[in-house]
Amino acid sequence: MANQSYHNTGRLSRFIVRQDRIRIPVWIISLSVLSFMVAMAFTDLYPTGLERQTIAETMKNPAMTAMVGKGYGLDDYTNGAMMAHQMLLLTAMAVGIMSILLVTRHTRADEEDGRIEMIRSLPAGRLANLYATISVSFGTNALIAIIIGFGLYALGIESMDLEGSLMYGAALGATGIFFSAITALFAQLTESARGTMGYSITVLLLSYLIRAIGDVSNETLSWFSPLGWVLGSEVYVNNYWWPIILTIGAAIILVALSLYLNAIRDLEAGFIPAKPGRKYASSFLKSPLGLALRLQRTGLIAWAAGMFILGASYGSVLGDLESFFTKNEMMAELLAPVEGYSLTEQFLTMLMSVIAMICTIPPLMAMLKLKGEEKKNHTEHLLSRAVSRTRLMGSYLIISVIGGFLMLALADIGLWAVGNSVMDEGVAFGTIFSAAMVYLPAMWIMIGIAVLFTGFAPKLSGLTWLYLTYSILVVYLGGMLQFPEWMAKLTPFGHIPKLPVEDMDFMKVFMLTIIAILLLAAGFLGYNKRDIRG
Amino acid sequence: MSVLKTTDLTKKFGKFTALNGVNIEVNKGEVFGFIGPNGAGKSTTIRVLLGILKATDGEAKIFGKDAWKDAVEIHKRIAYVPGDVNLWPNLTGGEVIDLFVELRGTNNKSRREELIKKFDLDPSKKCGTYSKGNRQKVALIAAFSSDADLYILDEPTSGLDPLMERVFQECVMDAKNEGKSILLSSHILSEVERLCDKVGIIRQGQIIETGTLDELRHLTRTSLLVETKQPIPALGNVNGVRDIVMKDQALSFQVDTDELDNVMKYISQFGIVKLESAPPTLEDLFMSHYEGVGKTSDSGAGGAL
Repeated sequence: MANQSYHNTGRLSRFIVRQDRIRIPVWIISLSVLSFMVAMAFTDLYPTGLERQTIAETMKNPAMTAMVGKGYGLDDYTNGAMMAHQMLLLTAMAVGIMSILLVTRHTRADEEDGRIEMIRSLPAGRLANLYATISVSFGTNALIAIIIGFGLYALGIESMDLEGSLMYGAALGATGIFFSAITALFAQLTESARGTMGYSITVLLLSYLIRAIGDVSNETLSWFSPLGWVLGSEVYVNNYWWPIILTIGAAIILVALSLYLNAIRDLEAGFIPAKPGRKYASSFLKSPLGLALRLQRTGLIAWAAGMFILGASYGSVLGDLESFFTKNEMMAELLAPVEGYSLTEQFLTMLMSVIAMICTIPPLMAMLKLKGEEKKNHTEHLLSRAVSRTRLMGSYLIISVIGGFLMLALADIGLWAVGNSVMDEGVAFGTIFSAAMVYLPAMWIMIGIAVLFTGFAPKLSGLTWLYLTYSILVVYLGGMLQFPEWMAKLTPFGHIPKLPVEDMDFMKVFMLTIIAILLLAAGFLGYNKRDIRG
Repeated sequence: MSVLKTTDLTKKFGKFTALNGVNIEVNKGEVFGFIGPNGAGKSTTIRVLLGILKATDGEAKIFGKDAWKDAVEIHKRIAYVPGDVNLWPNLTGGEVIDLFVELRGTNNKSRREELIKKFDLDPSKKCGTYSKGNRQKVALIAAFSSDADLYILDEPTSGLDPLMERVFQECVMDAKNEGKSILLSSHILSEVERLCDKVGIIRQGQIIETGTLDELRHLTRTSLLVETKQPIPALGNVNGVRDIVMKDQALSFQVDTDELDNVMKYISQFGIVKLESAPPTLEDLFMSHYEGVGKTSDSGAGGAL
């Protein structure tokens, strides 16, 4: 009779696969293609051992170690060692997130929406759904392990042998399996899908953080993090299998525990009591601006931290830049020497345009949130009260503009602080700061375009992202791929004077600001005139 | 005094005409029932009134002000409950109520607590965990705890249980007794019949009938059940009598309301033993309008029924 609990697991597994027949392949394909492309890019970028060794030198700093993990085989920095060092941790985190989303979606989210109730009223075992979800998630991760493992080997890159490649894949798969199990456990403990996802992602981030601190200061600490175990397998260098087995073993124990908890609890109940929220709104929340900020709070904080880390990681490579550029032909092509300025300063100008464009993503998201709110029928609640459309749109614009400035400033501070600590001769903060801030008008134009679309054609607002992508491609790769000059002039970022190498051009910056203001004004006009969908 | 008035209100979405000359009027202290099948244009009318959609033609006025141009001014004095309440999943019900009340400007805190209790809502839970009925309660509490002069309620009770529906009806009656006006769009005809002073029926973007319930009843038929000492000859030939059915000793039939007097005079000659009359229900009215395809052009011409 014990089998009763698992009755129809196979059918439910197929049903889950059927529901995710697009999602799962998209994840598998993107993760594999990303891994293969990076592996090939590394061999193209650094064809000789000498060049790889130069890179290894730039990696030997605490900021880099904290970010991507402890490097193994830095003395003989082969392509494999480089791949395991720079890519494994971040890809593993992505696999972890994939697994968390997959398991949450089919366990607690389905339960919360009452779908599990439907399933349970049919002849399906009590544990069948959880068991099916775990099986599908484990299967997906096993597929990732096999495809990436054999795929990397099939690229035929020297130093990326069969065992190492299979291990690279297995390390990713094991991470996914571990976090599937963690999520399955939290799906039993918490009462809501948000809780399940929140706790699981917290575990993922804590694992990253503990490993980061451990890798920099105390190696024993890293062994308290599942991500530390995965990296401790020293893929492509020593190929230790036992940490992988340890990870999978831990996952199996967690799965057994969650099956047990699922068996003893009531449907739609949890073990961690849902904590009651506030009964009253804080005075901060009681305005369209407060509401808009509250809705985006977590996202904005995460982006702010991300931008600081981005700046810091660029800063960490500044120290060995000169020697690196002289040795790498490809990088030298990116930058034609300009008299009177060091390569570092020139590199800075390119960094600034890239940073400015990446920092434009959060303000655009903040602005386009207004359109998302309309689609969810949330804006009608505000507009049917004493809130004008100008005030509503203005609230989002304020967050967007101030957010954009803060992102740029944080990236800049990160770059300057870390950069100065690794460079022999530092760069003045004012120089770096003005080099970044001069990009604000270009950012405003992008925000203006988002406002314009929101005002006139909200359905087309996705084009704003296309335009930003175009800008990044043209400005970042334009030099290397030798795009004609006019292509860079099609984006506002191409018109910004590259301080400190170029002179400040007040007229140009002023004109860009005027264009931004015109776009904003037009967008507000349109938003005040059009029908609101909800 | 007219609180809300639309004149030939027309709204087109591209080629599709959603509203085709809608005329409604709600006076002070009046509960106006707005009924019609799905997709007839009820919510579109309401959204034009809220200044969320812009009228293609005609005008919509609330408190004598233009619904589009003076939207913000108007909204300080109205409360709106949508039919499909979508809330922010990560805010609690209590937070949303406070936000909504605050955004209107006026506040009535004691009413808030009373209503939360009456509607039996847990304000400390996140909106994401609420059922449809609970989300509707949030919107209703926010609406009724603000001192509005006009309440616009778009199918507000579609997710409420009968107990909560009664609480809702009490709230509407309280508001009416305080001299507030209410525009209530609803599918629940018994609710409209109980609450509303006036009714407007909309179909395919046009108001096909409007007036007090009594007025509307005149436009339709009354059911009679009569038992007489002597059999009534040729009842079928009398003007305004239809659908005669023999039931044991009695006759059941329908009479056009405006012919009722003549019919009664005629049958009383035969010695009435038993007489039962039932007024037409709103449902009869509603059904006769909805089922009667092609009668939209006879707007107001009750004789066609």
